[in-house]
Amino acid sequence: MKDQLNSDREASLSNGMPKITAENVNVYYEEVHALKDVSVKIEQNAVTAFIGPSGCGKSTFLRCLNRMNDTIDICKITGRILLENEDIYDAKVDPVQLRAKVGMVFQKPNPFPKSVYDNIAYGPRIHGLASDKSELDDIVEQSLRRAAIWDEVKDRLDAPGTGLSGGQQQRVCIARAIATSPDVLLMDEPCSALDPIATAQVEELIDELRQNFCVVIVTHSMQQAARVSHRTAFFHLGSLVEFGDTEKIFTNPEDPRTESYITGRIG
Amino acid sequence: MTDTTPTNSLFKTSDRTKSRNAAEKRFRVYGIIAIFIGLFMLLVLASTIVLRGTSAFQQTFITLDVELLESKLDKKGNRNIDDIKKVSTFGYNPILVNAVRGSLEKNGIETSLKKKELSGIISKSAPSQLREYVLADVSRIGQTIEFRFLANGWIDGYLKGRYTRESVANSKFASAEQFDLIDELIKVGVVEKKFNLDFILGADASDQRPEASGIGVAVVGSFYMMLVVLLLSLPLGVAASVYLEEFAKKNLFTDLIEITISNLAAVPSIVFGILGLAVFINYVNLPQSTPLVGGLVLTLMTLPTIIISTRASLKSVPPSIRDAALGIGASKMQMVFHHVLPLAAPGIFTGTIIGMAQALGESAPLLLIGMIGYIATNMPANISEGLLAPNSAMPAQIYEWAKRADPAFVERAWGGIIILLIFLLTMNTLAVVLRRKFERRW
Amino acid sequence: MSTYGVLGLLFLIAIFGFFFGRIKALSSADGDIKKLHSLPQFYGLNAVFLAFFPPLLVLVIWTFAQSIFVDERIKRELSPWILAEQKNINLVISEVDRLSDGLKVSVELGSLTYQQISAKTVGLGGIENILNASGVFLTDDIQAPILAAARLKFYMETLGNSFRNWLVIIGSIIGLVWALTQAKLNFRARPRVEQMILVLLAAAATLAIFTSVGIVLSMLFEALRFFGMHPWTDFFFGSTWAPSFSAGSELSILPLLWGTLYISFVALLVAVPIGLYAAIYLSEYASRPVRAFAKPLLEVLAGIPTIVYGLFALTTFGPFLRKFFGDGGFLGVEWMSDSRSVITAGVVMGMMLIPFVSSLSDDIINAVPQSLRDGSYGLGATQSETVRNVILPAALPGIIGAILLAASRAIGETMIVVLGAGAVAKFAGNPLEALTTITTRIVSQLTGDLEFDSAETLVAFALGLTLFTITLGLNVLALYIVRRYREQYE
Ligand SMILES: Nc1ncnc2c1ncn2[C@@H]1O[C@H](COP(=O)(O)OP(=O)(O)OP(=O)(O)O)[C@@H](O)[C@H]1O
Ligand SMILES: [Mg+2]
Repeated sequence: MKDQLNSDREASLSNGMPKITAENVNVYYEEVHALKDVSVKIEQNAVTAFIGPSGCGKSTFLRCLNRMNDTIDICKITGRILLENEDIYDAKVDPVQLRAKVGMVFQKPNPFPKSVYDNIAYGPRIHGLASDKSELDDIVEQSLRRAAIWDEVKDRLDAPGTGLSGGQQQRVCIARAIATSPDVLLMDEPCSALDPIATAQVEELIDELRQNFCVVIVTHSMQQAARVSHRTAFFHLGSLVEFGDTEKIFTNPEDPRTESYITGRIG
Repeated sequence: MTDTTPTNSLFKTSDRTKSRNAAEKRFRVYGIIAIFIGLFMLLVLASTIVLRGTSAFQQTFITLDVELLESKLDKKGNRNIDDIKKVSTFGYNPILVNAVRGSLEKNGIETSLKKKELSGIISKSAPSQLREYVLADVSRIGQTIEFRFLANGWIDGYLKGRYTRESVANSKFASAEQFDLIDELIKVGVVEKKFNLDFILGADASDQRPEASGIGVAVVGSFYMMLVVLLLSLPLGVAASVYLEEFAKKNLFTDLIEITISNLAAVPSIVFGILGLAVFINYVNLPQSTPLVGGLVLTLMTLPTIIISTRASLKSVPPSIRDAALGIGASKMQMVFHHVLPLAAPGIFTGTIIGMAQALGESAPLLLIGMIGYIATNMPANISEGLLAPNSAMPAQIYEWAKRADPAFVERAWGGIIILLIFLLTMNTLAVVLRRKFERRW
Repeated sequence: MSTYGVLGLLFLIAIFGFFFGRIKALSSADGDIKKLHSLPQFYGLNAVFLAFFPPLLVLVIWTFAQSIFVDERIKRELSPWILAEQKNINLVISEVDRLSDGLKVSVELGSLTYQQISAKTVGLGGIENILNASGVFLTDDIQAPILAAARLKFYMETLGNSFRNWLVIIGSIIGLVWALTQAKLNFRARPRVEQMILVLLAAAATLAIFTSVGIVLSMLFEALRFFGMHPWTDFFFGSTWAPSFSAGSELSILPLLWGTLYISFVALLVAVPIGLYAAIYLSEYASRPVRAFAKPLLEVLAGIPTIVYGLFALTTFGPFLRKFFGDGGFLGVEWMSDSRSVITAGVVMGMMLIPFVSSLSDDIINAVPQSLRDGSYGLGATQSETVRNVILPAALPGIIGAILLAASRAIGETMIVVLGAGAVAKFAGNPLEALTTITTRIVSQLTGDLEFDSAETLVAFALGLTLFTITLGLNVLALYIVRRYREQYE
């Protein structure tokens, strides 16, 4: 049954060129060498999971992919990261435009203290994605539907986003991220604040999203990684230890460190 | 079995512990005493203000029927305004004396006082009050009209207990006989003490006429200064804070700015006055004694305070909000102006109001740029006059009164303080309410 | 055109630029904002920035530079005549100003033409009559050199202003046109606009530096002029403060410094023990309700304007002291001849400083970690022993910082001493005698009717500079100590 699902997934992968290519990425926070020589190819229309023990650099790497690390003064990055063959750290690249293409969902739900509607509409507004109000309404509704939260909030679009439950907030944040229709969606432990039902909904959503987007997810749940992802990257102490098909990593890892982590011996 | 408890029993307090506990108690008492002294001082200050200031809101008035004699005011009798203007305030004195005499006759009061002493019970501003009345409509000449005049400051002082018959024994301004007469007039209701709106709304008067002086024009002066302070320090303060908090890279230059700001906040206010005098008045040639210059000086003085509090409220906006905005591709500028500033706004306004309250009570710099003395006699007619005509401000007016010799002005200084404190109290309450209402716990 | 007229025109161009830039960008994208690089309003704002701010800067700088230049020129023009005739330069200059303003008004009213003035066809008397007719009244007899200077001034200003106006308006139009040609599909308007906003923000932040530099320079220049007129040795090392209207003033800071320090010392003597004990009680002993009640009330003392304290010292506390120590007082001594004295000002200033000391110390005491307290209690120490032996020593640097800040406040305080301390400059030890301070003298030297260019007035700037240096030193030291202390527990 599980094999069946996995092979289905494989089949739907477009095996064209990678969406994101990272080459020899090193990250330093002053003295801390947080990422060591990470090279990875992330594919289009696939879900890539980053796993690894706490503090190993998963979030750091994720934040490199849309230059959120620019906001941390002490953070220095070397190496190259290409988004469809364009170096995102090139001086000509406007990080703002990059982030519109590479959206991000954070570990802790962080809705703006505004109405649900304004939360979702904010991205389309600043990027000029809607020419009029009805188009904007459409985008908001579509995004909320795809984030599986429409039914819960459709009657309270004007209520503040901060008044929702944690799980609802997180799905609003996901809706907010997909409202700008990014090419890549980065999710840093998106389900850590969610109950199992909401988690299942988000996972379903992730699977649906990857039809159009390239999804990268950081998770601490081995089961989740196994359930939703096609590729898995295992980080340990700042290095990328192993990267490959999820099935292979979980059934037949090459590196002993990977094996001991997924069997629960380190981490 | 003996009944002695062992010497090291816990049930028995040792001598040493006793003395230690006594020391403990003493220490605690010192603390309580310190607090009580502090609170006692506040109480003394508050009660002094109330006891000495409230009487300024009451004033002694004399109501008289005044016959506007044609023979004195318009000798030619042709109601030519130019001729009537030629009669100075001095020419109105006899009319006042007549009016007092008439009132005494009507009420059957005998007096041995001479002309000068009779008119001396009325404020020195009465003749010009009459003159203005006549000039406003010359057809009033010849009529008999009921007027309410301010009583002279000494008479007012007698009613308020500032002077007694003994204390004026050697005075050339007031006499015991005048006080006798006033007693009679009080009985018949000609002289009475009443609430005096002119103190709150009126202008300062020369040092001969404490009874006619008011703080209203100074309040307006303060208002225009605060307007300048608000319009300049809020945008400048917010811009500087946003830059330092959100954009500035850590380097020598921003360090220098930070150090400068924290030191400016502790520079004595009088130094800002010197700056204002040297730069705004002597160098830029802005008009002296004006609320515009006062406002500029106070702006420089309050800016550091506002920047410090604004930065604190920017800091209190959680980073997750910033991440959220950046994460969907908002630029840093958009993040600040769309999310961070609106969320920090209540804190910024609170800080601004508190900074402005400080500026409102500040007097030292105003002395140096000439906002003291008997300068403004009229309400400014429009905004440009409000900003550019010489004027005083509440605390400077209070200082001016405190300096004058006549003790009647001290009463007015305390009265002015009550009004100043009402403004400060309102502003601080507003700040507290704002903080309570919009305080956000993240 | 007047300066305000130019400003108004700039505004109009900017508003036009905003709407037109927006429309132009939109139309370049066929009305579809999705195709634009940035939102349409950024193209509008770009036009506003280019068409408004650079010309505004030119306008401001030109206006200042011109007024300084013209003033210098006029002074140079008149100085031989002033020297020869022994005139007062300030009076002459203000006469020239008035006359040239009068010419300006008359031209505006049309009673004089520009040609008439520049061709010098109207003589002295004629000008006077024409000015009177247009409502400008000249007080003194105008003399030929003054008229000539006024003419020159009028001429230079008219010419300069029209140059300036053309420059500004043409600059603004160039900016506008440039911005409009940029307003196209692929122009990156948002980053451009944001960069310009950032420049404005940074400029606001540097204002603090300008203020400080302004403070130092303004005082330094005048102080240097003072030292040019008066020996600096007398200022720093003399022993007498005796300004006189004729020559021969003795202007030494030392007696003033003595008064300042003496009064500040008395103030700290009142404020430090009371403030410190209050802080200790409030943070270590007081129950919640007591704290919630007493702390804000104490802080009210800090919010009261200093003029209130000054008046209290002068009219209430001073006379109260005199009832005890003055001539015919309850104690039968004659130690106090004036209600203004060191004690009067010092004690009242101490009242004002109590909350300052107490709330700073309160913060500092609260920053001492609980673990230190627990350690002390664990050894069986009483609460007061813990406070005295553990908390206070740990908090000591911070508390010293707080006291230094309070001292700097006391030294720079003006209103209380102006009203409560008196005007006697001498090295007296009796605290019931009146003494004067630096701030008091600054006020009296700068508010009197003295001529501005005399040593007696300019000494105020030397005093101010000294005061600034002393308080700055104290503040820097205090902030340094407090910061070091904070780092210790971070
Ligand atoms: N802003 C920062 N400043 C300094 N060091 C940082 C910063 N952010 C992360 N680090 C360091 O970089 C390393 C990697 O951190 P990162 O947040 O990427 O870990 P992670 O794998 O996401 O852990 P977790 O699973 O707990 O979220 C850690 O050692 C951390 O201490
Ligand atoms: Mg993480």
